[in-house]
Amino acid sequence: MDFSLGERSDAFRAEARQFLDEVFTDEMREEMHRTGVRHNWDFHRALIERGWLAPGWPVEFGGQGRDPMEMLAFAEEFQRAGAPTYGVGTTLMVANIIRHVGSEEQKRSILPRALGGEIIIVLGFTEPESGSDVAAAQTRAVRDGDEWIINGQKMFTTNAQEADYAFMLTRTNPEAPKHRGLTTFLVPLRQPGVEIQPVFTLSGERTNLTFYSDVRVDDSLRIGEVDGGWDVMAVSLTLERAGAQGGESIRMLAAMERWATSAVDGEGRPRSEDPDVLARLGKAAAENEISTLLARRTAWVHVSGGMPGVEGSMAKLFASEALTRQSADFVDMLGPDGIRSAGEPSSIEDGAADYAFRFALGATTYGGTSEIQRTIIAQRGLGLPRG
Amino acid sequence: MDLSPSGEQQQLVDAFSALYAKESSTDRVRAAEASGHDPGLWRRLAEVGVLEMAVGEQSGGWGASMSDLGLVAEQHGRHLGSAPLIEAQAAARLLARVGGDAASGVLTSALAGDALVTLALHPPRNGVLGLVPSGAVADAVVFLDGDRLACVEPVGRRDRVATLGSMPVADVAIADGAVELAVGPAARSAHDRALDDWMLLMASALVGMGSRSIEMGVEYVKERQAFGVPVGSFQAVAHGLADAATAVEGSQLLAREAAWSAGADPTRASELAALAFAFGSEAAREASYRSLHYHGGYGFMLEYDIQLYFRRAKAWPAQFGEPRLAYARAAARRLDRTDSAG
Repeated sequence: MDFSLGERSDAFRAEARQFLDEVFTDEMREEMHRTGVRHNWDFHRALIERGWLAPGWPVEFGGQGRDPMEMLAFAEEFQRAGAPTYGVGTTLMVANIIRHVGSEEQKRSILPRALGGEIIIVLGFTEPESGSDVAAAQTRAVRDGDEWIINGQKMFTTNAQEADYAFMLTRTNPEAPKHRGLTTFLVPLRQPGVEIQPVFTLSGERTNLTFYSDVRVDDSLRIGEVDGGWDVMAVSLTLERAGAQGGESIRMLAAMERWATSAVDGEGRPRSEDPDVLARLGKAAAENEISTLLARRTAWVHVSGGMPGVEGSMAKLFASEALTRQSADFVDMLGPDGIRSAGEPSSIEDGAADYAFRFALGATTYGGTSEIQRTIIAQRGLGLPRG
Repeated sequence: MDLSPSGEQQQLVDAFSALYAKESSTDRVRAAEASGHDPGLWRRLAEVGVLEMAVGEQSGGWGASMSDLGLVAEQHGRHLGSAPLIEAQAAARLLARVGGDAASGVLTSALAGDALVTLALHPPRNGVLGLVPSGAVADAVVFLDGDRLACVEPVGRRDRVATLGSMPVADVAIADGAVELAVGPAARSAHDRALDDWMLLMASALVGMGSRSIEMGVEYVKERQAFGVPVGSFQAVAHGLADAATAVEGSQLLAREAAWSAGADPTRASELAALAFAFGSEAAREASYRSLHYHGGYGFMLEYDIQLYFRRAKAWPAQFGEPRLAYARAAARRLDRTDSAG
């Protein structure tokens, strides 16, 4: 057994850390919190200049051929820093799907633009009437010669205001069984009939409601077979749950540890000497270590040639539930001062606990709710019968 | 990164799994409940060299890695071994670390099988070492009193205590019978490191206990029917098991990382041992509780094996104390490390 990620990963981690120290400025961080947008074009361009939009990709597709363990170390650093990577994240996820199941023409036309930073791609799965039950999508796509006409609504289309395409799940055959009448498209967003309405969330992050009225998409932008969208989604949902976990928790714990070593109680005793404070910090440290390890295991299973479905679900479930628990616990630990908000000058450690408390409830939902993950673990992992 | 045991380690796991299956069946565990100690199992474990594994060649052992010891302890917990594996290994390592004539003499008799030597986790109170692990069957107890590390023979001065986990614990009076092994900061630090070892090995045992508890629960809810369907098809049941299984798998990764760090990253070893112990205590308790509860009324019957796990998952780690104590210990280590790193 060997828990180190290896020398190459350590070296790449150090490079990533240095890059983030230099490029991810306080101004960017401030802007991200003010606007709620976790995409930043300056940051995006700096990544491209460094050749780091997709370092894990093969060189012939514009990557650096980094192995999955190097990529994990890289992703852990970006998570730990809280870098604005939502735009690059969804763009790469879709680009990855195209690389696996797209046509040769799509690979030629889309991938270089995605990796060159010319386009941003966002996700269009969730709808007002369907979230975790993603196959219940009702947005219609109807064929019209070489084109398709899209009508419907999508929710949580985060970064749509910055994006060029939405990777969209549509219903092409309402007569077919639920999972057999779906098709995925790369829908150009900068065209008439697309309406983007901002939606603000509990932690101040901006997402969108998007409306599609007679929006046109060329058949060449169809990903996968007609009515074969569910097969494409299976690849996509697994990718969404893989990757590093627990960045928010790690940052919050670091903030709480700083507080414990600098603050004193009413009698002037350092808070770091209070057994109750130490116990709360220790529990969070254990959970964060496990979130990291579960995510690393997912990558390791992947490198070892396996398909980490259940492992990815466990990593996502554990990290998001841990953040929910810890953030509430740390608000309690700080006493009444714990509710002083992020952005409030008198708050403790920039309101890290308050911010995480707000943010956490998104994490237990996106990418499939905790209940979905538990069902996957129970049925595919433990072999329990379907209800 | 390689999260699988090596080929040699897998052979070790297979060998101990077979040994425990034969010598620590649940029938044997039940038969040993009155005393909490199964001399036949302990004899077999000693024969295959569990104490020699735990100490280095210069101390008369083989110097197996903490990862190897952790894998063996996982099997110990999985099969609820009624034997002083963890405390005896921790005590042997402590004696080897302390050195000197007195400690070496005690270690020699332990390795020769002449004396069962155990470790007191807490200092004496009013001249009594409370709830000494395997204190009811040990020939010698190593303990720390202030900054003095000493050894006492408990025969004739101990009271066996009946406990939740049916363990052979005893309250041991020291009186004037103790032999000094070391004194000063070295004594303190040696005992502290022994606590790290004990916690890490216990964390590993809890992983085994937790995994087996999940398996027993899963087997049961697949078979048992209610309202015309297997109870495992109800989300209320399935999700509880999914959470518990996730925590147990997490606790296994953490305990194995902690064991690995003892060799590869010693600056974090003490912190990780305490984290693995604390989280492992909670995970094993949750797994055995869920599993017992999903057995319905049968789980409450002594006849069903899950209660054996439920009681020990709480009682074994409680010999040290509640998880929060170990969480606090780990957090203090982390803050010390941050301080010294500037």
